Amino acid sequence: MFEDGSIFSQLLLERLNYFIYVVLLLIGLWAMIAKNNLIKKLIGMSIFQTAIILFYVSIGVKEGATIPIYLPEHDPHGNGSYADSNVSESTLPGPQSLDASLVPHYTNPLPHVLMLTAIVVGVATLGLALSVCLRIYRAYGTVEEDELLGKLEEEDSRKDGLPKKRRPRRRSASNKSGSSTKNKEVAGSRKSSPEKKKPGRNRNPSNRKKPSDTASTESSPKDTGTEKKKPVRRKRRNPSNPSREDRSS
Amino acid sequence: MSDAIVWIVLFPLIGSVICALLGTFSKKLCYPVSVLSMVLSVWASVETLWQAMDSSNHQVSYILGGWSLDLFPRGVGIEFRADLLGALIALVVTGVGLIVSVYSKVPVQRQTPGKEPMYYGLFLLQIVGLAGISLTGDAFNLYVLIEVAALTGYGLIAMGSNRAAAATFTYIILGTIGASLYLLGVGYLYLKTGTLNMVGIHQAIEANGLHDSPAMQVAFVLVLLGILIKMAFFPFHAWLPKSYCHAPTTTSCLLAPLVTKVMIYVMIRMVLSVFGVEFSFETSGWAEVLPWLVVVAIVCAAVMALAQREIKSMLAYLIVAEVGYMVGGIWIYNYFGLVGSIFHVISDACMTLCLFLGAGIILEKCRTTHFDGLRGLFAKMPLTMVGFFIGGFSIIGLPPTCGFFSKWYLITGGMVSQRWEYMITLMFSTMVMVVLFFRLIERIHLAVDESGKNLGKGHGDLGLSKEQTRFDEAPLSMLIPLLVAASIVIIIGIYNQEVADQIEVFLRDFDLPTGVNYR
Repeated sequence: MFEDGSIFSQLLLERLNYFIYVVLLLIGLWAMIAKNNLIKKLIGMSIFQTAIILFYVSIGVKEGATIPIYLPEHDPHGNGSYADSNVSESTLPGPQSLDASLVPHYTNPLPHVLMLTAIVVGVATLGLALSVCLRIYRAYGTVEEDELLGKLEEEDSRKDGLPKKRRPRRRSASNKSGSSTKNKEVAGSRKSSPEKKKPGRNRNPSNRKKPSDTASTESSPKDTGTEKKKPVRRKRRNPSNPSREDRSS
Repeated sequence: MSDAIVWIVLFPLIGSVICALLGTFSKKLCYPVSVLSMVLSVWASVETLWQAMDSSNHQVSYILGGWSLDLFPRGVGIEFRADLLGALIALVVTGVGLIVSVYSKVPVQRQTPGKEPMYYGLFLLQIVGLAGISLTGDAFNLYVLIEVAALTGYGLIAMGSNRAAAATFTYIILGTIGASLYLLGVGYLYLKTGTLNMVGIHQAIEANGLHDSPAMQVAFVLVLLGILIKMAFFPFHAWLPKSYCHAPTTTSCLLAPLVTKVMIYVMIRMVLSVFGVEFSFETSGWAEVLPWLVVVAIVCAAVMALAQREIKSMLAYLIVAEVGYMVGGIWIYNYFGLVGSIFHVISDACMTLCLFLGAGIILEKCRTTHFDGLRGLFAKMPLTMVGFFIGGFSIIGLPPTCGFFSKWYLITGGMVSQRWEYMITLMFSTMVMVVLFFRLIERIHLAVDESGKNLGKGHGDLGLSKEQTRFDEAPLSMLIPLLVAASIVIIIGIYNQEVADQIEVFLRDFDLPTGVNYR
């Protein structure tokens, strides 16, 4: 089945590198899309990037060629030193100063050099992604995507329309009472938002103060969790209260 | 200064290092350093634009490290090349960067307290990446700069809430796929042409007649797909709304106007300068498909924007729709469409900036950007609201603003190419945007006028006390950037002909159909 020119011989013998790179690329893509675990997604991302590195390296490889170091016997000036300060533009080392017959001795260094950069980029991306994962895990206690999405959805619907950030200062006391009665329902319902507010004030939602205290101390972040049940239409929810004030306390 | 083009990138780069290092000793230093480096960078880009306009071939070129480009294949050295398009985009990037860096003082202190050095370091690096993208003349260098911009963008977004971190993860995955696909496409280009210099690639394609090569087709598809993912074109937009919505205020102000627009620039650059008009529009066959995808993209994004009840996420979906506009302007393949597309890159950057600055102020003052929290804002913050709605009117396309003129060119382009579906979609989306912004005005404005009357739609008692409607503007460091951005929107609108002239000078080099009835 490996006779010359057949598709198998092309794929498995002549272009094995490229075949493998495509397979790796697809494995990586599949892992990134289909895997549920965030870390596995990142592993997929690494495989994906590595596949591209393999592709580039394959471009530069040549059978029987040597590493692209300027060999002494290839030096057109004979003595192997071109580091003199008075080299002119035209004799700068580079492909043009080589005899054309010598070039096949070298592999093409450029793709490899490019991949050094790409590897660095890949490492940076992976590091950043892992640290983001760590943060997600600390905030939501999971790195499984479906669980995470569930929690995010819950959080979004709870926060929809509610202030994203705590107000730093108190508003007029006139509107407090209306909202404060509702605030009780939501103890512990938000675990994620404190970090958006001032760090160092991350207080456990479960031991937060009572709403009446909320009104009087400006430091309590909890007021925004009202009305988890009806995230969408807050139009009607509190007719006696201007809703902005309601949300603020 | 003949090497101003490099200083556009170098000033923020130096500034970011200074911020990250010195900032640990004195956090107060970060803000002035970043503003200063942005001022210098804007100056350098104005200078570059000037040089490009003055020079005979309308471009400025600088070869890093002084490597000669004369060898064949072209491109031993890495080239920075600013033609009029690149210089314009660089000016937009640095200008937006300057405005946002002035604006950043209050929100950064509040939202990321204690992290200012890192924040400003990343902020300036982001400018480095974006300005570099618009200036580089090297395809691989472009990849690196895309990744610089993307990595710093991830960092800037993830500095927000936990929710932002979760949104960042999607962004990282999709952004990496996009950039990697682009890198792969560049690999195929290199394989066929033996160079990475953009001009060199184009010359090699033309000289060797590579139009029919399957490898070129593969390269084109990969590059295009990568760019489309990075620019949040509709089916690939999943990363954008959540991350922009939950990012810290300054981050979304910086990223929203720039990232997608710069990627549109990359697409224009790839299509026109690298692959060439003939290959991109005729040989590749994408010109048949993409306008229809654009139709789907605009309609879906506009409808999703309608469904939002929160200013920032509404704006995020608007960006997705605007990306559809610009991609459509490119792919309807004629002169006017491209003028409109490039013009829209510029004007959309300005008006999106306006809107996000306004939304940031609203968030800062009211702690919410939900529609229900907006009542009475016109009385409370009249200037902010004027600035915000100038941006909004520009998105709709009302005449004195720049959005009108770019949309005018886009629609003309659709007419010339007889792409009726694109025209109708533009009209439809304009209607949607009218609804979006006038609904906002209604939410904000009417309640105050009637002061306490129940205006219906089930809001109950809308009355606000005097204290709530008292004049309470944002701090000047936030207000002035917004007003500057708003006046830029109007100034570009008034001097639209000058901008369009420069774009036309750039497009003159390319062989684009102009339609029968024109010129």
